[in-house]
Amino acid sequence: MFRISIFKFAMLFVAVTFLAGIAMPTISNARDLTVVGWGGSYQEAQRKAYFNPFIKKTGRQLLDESYNGEMAKIKAMVETNNVTWDVVQVEAPELINACEQGLLEIIDWGKVGSKKDFIPDAVGECGVGTIVWAFILAYDADRIKGEGPKSWADFWNVKKWPGKRALRKSAKPSLEIALLADGVKPADVYNVLSTEEGIKRAFKKLDELKPHLQWWEAGAQPPQWLAAGDVVMTSAYNGRISAAIKEGRNFKIVWNGQCYALDSWVIVKGSPNLDQAYEFIKFASQPQIQAVLSAEMPYGPTHVKAVASVDANVAPNLPTYPANLEGALAINTEWWVDHQAELNERFNVWAAK
Amino acid sequence: MNNTHSSAQNLTTFDGTPLKEMLQRAERRRKIKAAGLVAPLFFFLLIIFIVPILLLLYRAVENPEILEVMPRTVEAIQSWDGSGIPGERVFAALAADLRQAHKDRTVGKAGKRLNYDITGFRSLLNKTARKISKIKTEPASYRDAILAIDKRWGEQRYWAAVKQAAKPYTEFYLLAAVDLERDKDGNIARVPAERALYLRVFVRTFWMSFVVTIWCLLLGYPVAWMLASLPVRYSNLLMILVLLPFWTSLLVRTASWIIVLQKEGIINKILLWTHLAPNPIQLVFNRFGVYVAMVHILLPFMILPLYSVMKNIPSSYMRAASSLGANPIVAFMKVYLPQTRPGISAGCLLVYILAIGYYITPALVGAPKDQMLSYFIAFFTNNTINWGMASGLAVLLLVATIVLYIVFNRFIGVERLRMG
Repeated sequence: MFRISIFKFAMLFVAVTFLAGIAMPTISNARDLTVVGWGGSYQEAQRKAYFNPFIKKTGRQLLDESYNGEMAKIKAMVETNNVTWDVVQVEAPELINACEQGLLEIIDWGKVGSKKDFIPDAVGECGVGTIVWAFILAYDADRIKGEGPKSWADFWNVKKWPGKRALRKSAKPSLEIALLADGVKPADVYNVLSTEEGIKRAFKKLDELKPHLQWWEAGAQPPQWLAAGDVVMTSAYNGRISAAIKEGRNFKIVWNGQCYALDSWVIVKGSPNLDQAYEFIKFASQPQIQAVLSAEMPYGPTHVKAVASVDANVAPNLPTYPANLEGALAINTEWWVDHQAELNERFNVWAAK
Repeated sequence: MNNTHSSAQNLTTFDGTPLKEMLQRAERRRKIKAAGLVAPLFFFLLIIFIVPILLLLYRAVENPEILEVMPRTVEAIQSWDGSGIPGERVFAALAADLRQAHKDRTVGKAGKRLNYDITGFRSLLNKTARKISKIKTEPASYRDAILAIDKRWGEQRYWAAVKQAAKPYTEFYLLAAVDLERDKDGNIARVPAERALYLRVFVRTFWMSFVVTIWCLLLGYPVAWMLASLPVRYSNLLMILVLLPFWTSLLVRTASWIIVLQKEGIINKILLWTHLAPNPIQLVFNRFGVYVAMVHILLPFMILPLYSVMKNIPSSYMRAASSLGANPIVAFMKVYLPQTRPGISAGCLLVYILAIGYYITPALVGAPKDQMLSYFIAFFTNNTINWGMASGLAVLLLVATIVLYIVFNRFIGVERLRMG
């Protein structure tokens, strides 16, 4: 009989787990360079384009891990002085935030290359831009036969294309997409969203679609749901959909109204492998290496020369392809860093109702 | 009487020490030994469990950013009465602080904190710091210089936010966790409806946990009864069926429910095939899916305490009730059920308290309106790194759980619980 002591047992269990968590990383002091990405098919492509060639070239091991964009891990590592990640791929708002909070090394561009070789947005104080990616509208042409949707306005048309839709469970870019669907021009989206009426207008537009919406959080979910028939159309990262098409799915990408942004390599502050980290970033930023990645996974390169040297078959699948940029929205990072606390909260309230 | 008393006092051991003293000594030694045995576990729990929880509680009220980054402004603004905008001295202090912070790269720290109060304060602070650092010559009036950089510095609410954030401790996060805030005059007020969220989430968390507990009880009770009353060779097999999922990873079980319940999953296939439903039914990514998965995962925590109690109820009691003329229902209600009460209480308490803290399962199989409080704690911890807010919510959840436990103890009595 161990009456109430089951609680103590549970406490002990939690305690042991914590202790193990604290003890484990400190064991491996001289560890290999650790690079952290977004997982899934994208990281597969990164392995082919960056990681394996880097291991071959340097003869040193490289560990790759994946995460879901949680800055908390980096904050905890820096604060407890126990840095187990070296190079991390982050989104633009997180780059600014983490840089301002002092969680990242300031990039010494002399060790990376000439700033002029990169597209302007890729040159950051704490980050080196690596890809241009986009939220796009995708659907399964095997399920939607005949005429498919052509814009976010069609995404809202549940009469013509009945069935569930999926969007990413966050204010960004749901609010932008709602305004685009409501007929706002891409250039005006952030001006409209800066006003209280604009925010209300976006939420009102989302209200219309709410009964038909399902929310994804991981980039791997939208292609899975499309394939399983859970949703008829979805927002998704363009590369994930292209990967599924490569595997034989009959998915279609609607480029009109794509919302594109930039991901960057950063170095976690206090990384014990600083020199290797720079070596890796420099290696992965070479135009021929970036072109390999774009061929594996159609995200746009950031090196000016890579943009030119991408294969002609691959180029039309990139967010940065001129024809794809028509009607496109550049996600305004600086604006989001200011507004994310308030709008995430309002979005959570709205979504939970 | 007097005689015996004094003789007891005079009792001594062989070496002449009074017996009473020897007994006390032995008692003390025993206590020290017991304490010594418990000590490792005690310190282990203290360091690994109690201290982190206290630190977490501290995070919910800690407010160091503005004091650290803008010490001169904090000092100067104390004399400002809160009406209009402050005078030249405060502006000059702000300029000095921001120059220093720009050099130390700490503007972002203060900006993030102030942005919780007023959206856009972060970029205002960054912009001001950047531009004021470029002014090399001493301006005639810092007030004019800063107002020229951005006219928002002429609004009272920005200064009120700085003054409110300039205290070493804040109730900001705890208030926000119950949908309250300080308005620009410093009074506690409800947040506007489009931002009020957490009270509803609290109610939802307790309600969903309650429903899950009731279902676990209704489904678990007959199973536990069967386990306790079947012959051992059958009941052992059944027990394995209960324990196998119990030992399986929670993540695996949750993911399997998604596969079983999804639109083209096995349940929907059967429903379509048997023509029980004309179209696939939405079974997952809604409240129903969360209930199914949570009940399944928590069921063993109900069955095991019930089983251990039922195992000890002799079957002769029910036979005696029948032979005294009670029909099966009356016998069950009057004889069996009351005896299983300790098991019911233990099972319900265990399931309820575990359910309150559930995170992974609702996050994976639920819609946004099925998320419980832990989801938002994780959201603030991982996504927005607002650890103050995460701690504020965690503190409230902890307090609510402790209150529930005390209420439970008052009405049912924890000492009557039987866990196995």
